[in-house]
Amino acid sequence: MDFISILSIFVLAVFVGYFVVWSVTPALHTPLMAVTNAISSVIIVGALIAGAATGAPLAKWLGLVAVAMASVNIFGGFAVTQRMLAMYKKKER
Amino acid sequence: MAVQGGLTTLPEAVAVTPAWVLLAYLVAGVCFILALRGLSSPVSSRRGNRFGMFGMALALVTTLVHYRPFLPGGPGANLLDNIDWVVAGQILGAIAVGAVIGLVTARKIAMTQMPQLVAAFHSLVGMAAVLVGAAAYLNPLAFGIAEPDGLIHLNSRIEMGLGVAIGAITFSGSVIAFLKLNGNMSGKPIMLPLRHVINLGTLLAILGLVGYFTQDQSQWIFWTITALSFAIGFLLIIPIGGADMPVVVSMLNSYSGWAAAAMGFTLHNSAMIITGALVGSSGAILSYIMCKAMNRSFISVIAGGFGGDAVAAGGAAASDRPWKRGSAEDAAFLMKQAELVIIAPGYGMAVAQAQHAVREMADLLKAEGVEVKYAIHPVAGRMPGHMNVLLAEANVPYDEVFELEDINAEFSRADVAFVIGANDVTNPAAKTDKSSPIYGMPVLDVEKAKTVLFVKRSMGGVGYAGVDNELFYRDNTMMLLADAKKMVEEIVKSLGH
Repeated sequence: MDFISILSIFVLAVFVGYFVVWSVTPALHTPLMAVTNAISSVIIVGALIAGAATGAPLAKWLGLVAVAMASVNIFGGFAVTQRMLAMYKKKER
Repeated sequence: MAVQGGLTTLPEAVAVTPAWVLLAYLVAGVCFILALRGLSSPVSSRRGNRFGMFGMALALVTTLVHYRPFLPGGPGANLLDNIDWVVAGQILGAIAVGAVIGLVTARKIAMTQMPQLVAAFHSLVGMAAVLVGAAAYLNPLAFGIAEPDGLIHLNSRIEMGLGVAIGAITFSGSVIAFLKLNGNMSGKPIMLPLRHVINLGTLLAILGLVGYFTQDQSQWIFWTITALSFAIGFLLIIPIGGADMPVVVSMLNSYSGWAAAAMGFTLHNSAMIITGALVGSSGAILSYIMCKAMNRSFISVIAGGFGGDAVAAGGAAASDRPWKRGSAEDAAFLMKQAELVIIAPGYGMAVAQAQHAVREMADLLKAEGVEVKYAIHPVAGRMPGHMNVLLAEANVPYDEVFELEDINAEFSRADVAFVIGANDVTNPAAKTDKSSPIYGMPVLDVEKAKTVLFVKRSMGGVGYAGVDNELFYRDNTMMLLADAKKMVEEIVKSLGH
């Protein structure tokens, strides 16, 4: 992908983000933060590439540490979001 | 060192990325959009979260398969040919270690500690971004961002430099926010002399070095950018007081998104770019909402210093104006007779662990035919939406919980407004007294109810902003002076009779 296509994806995604986040109900702002934490750890993709690459041992180990850190966030972030969302219940009628 | 037109030529390794890999990342990005979209209501939120998990699993598996580690000789004809199982084991091991730590933490954490947890998670995203950036710098060929002779492409250098800088700021800033929220560090602002000059100088130095990095990819430039960014993250957050932490946590949320996006630019990865843009705008919007709820400008929050003299002003604020004191029996009697009771909880309720008792009280009132509603100010908790989670944990149905703008008109119809653990967010001075430090802040119109029951430990203390509350001395206010949990438990007892 060239720079302009990447930039296009980015700019459009900012707009999508803007409208999607305004539609989130304020009652769920804490789960929103927890889940954004989890998804921003998709950065693990870069860490996995670094961890699997050959040629630079230091880069590989930095990658492995980043894999572990991002995994804490991914598993912890989704799990705590799910735990919170499970608490939101409607009135029993 | 000369730069060889890196802007126009496509990096080899990226150019040959197969279409299925690119599509998988795109689908993952769309799943993340759906995850946030689901949060528009509690009903759809759980499905949304499953979309998020699916997207993440897709991105993980795709990367693990496509970028699997090979022994010398490279990929064979079959998927599992010539794989370096030692490295593969290390990678899977790292994932497993992170997964165990994450899952255990998520299960054990108390809901009152969510702000600290989120700050800690932000610091991990920031650090991961720094490490990925450093790995890409040290081994650019593996990421397909360099010429065969190791010269990193011009645009990749800018993206890498900015990504590492934002990641480092997110990391050190979040560590300070965590320490302040967790009580390991005083919430008081720490004001360095000349801090604006130091901060601005450091920021300009970072930008200048990122610019120079495009001309010279020497090690010292990369590591100086990293070190200065760690320093500025620390310097930016220490002068910000505890009261402004909701804004800071949202702001760092935004930074962690921009860091991920910058890394996405470096690695040409659409899932990372989409996510980064989503998270970046999400954090920015939450910061804006928090600033508005406290009537603070974003610039003044960043400049810091707010909330520092709250303790000093506390002594002088208590006045000897007349006020009325009530008992638990009085409160129980008043609420039993009421048609509509609106409960306005603040963080003090969560500190006193009174939310379960409050819900029990509400259940008894509902059994008497009283309508009960909860009114939530946006900054009632320690982070956006925190109070809603705390109430949900105490089994309060979410359709009884209303936001400030939706419930404020109803106070005039309410017989009782029950304020517990909140103070500044109910202060009518914010609407009338131009000299008040909280003037202009949106507040809950509790004083419009026929009777205000105000639960407070003693008459002496003041709220976060260090101002006296007009509400205490009004004719229709009855002060219930006790520990929040004890008081509510006594009211529950009286209601039971």
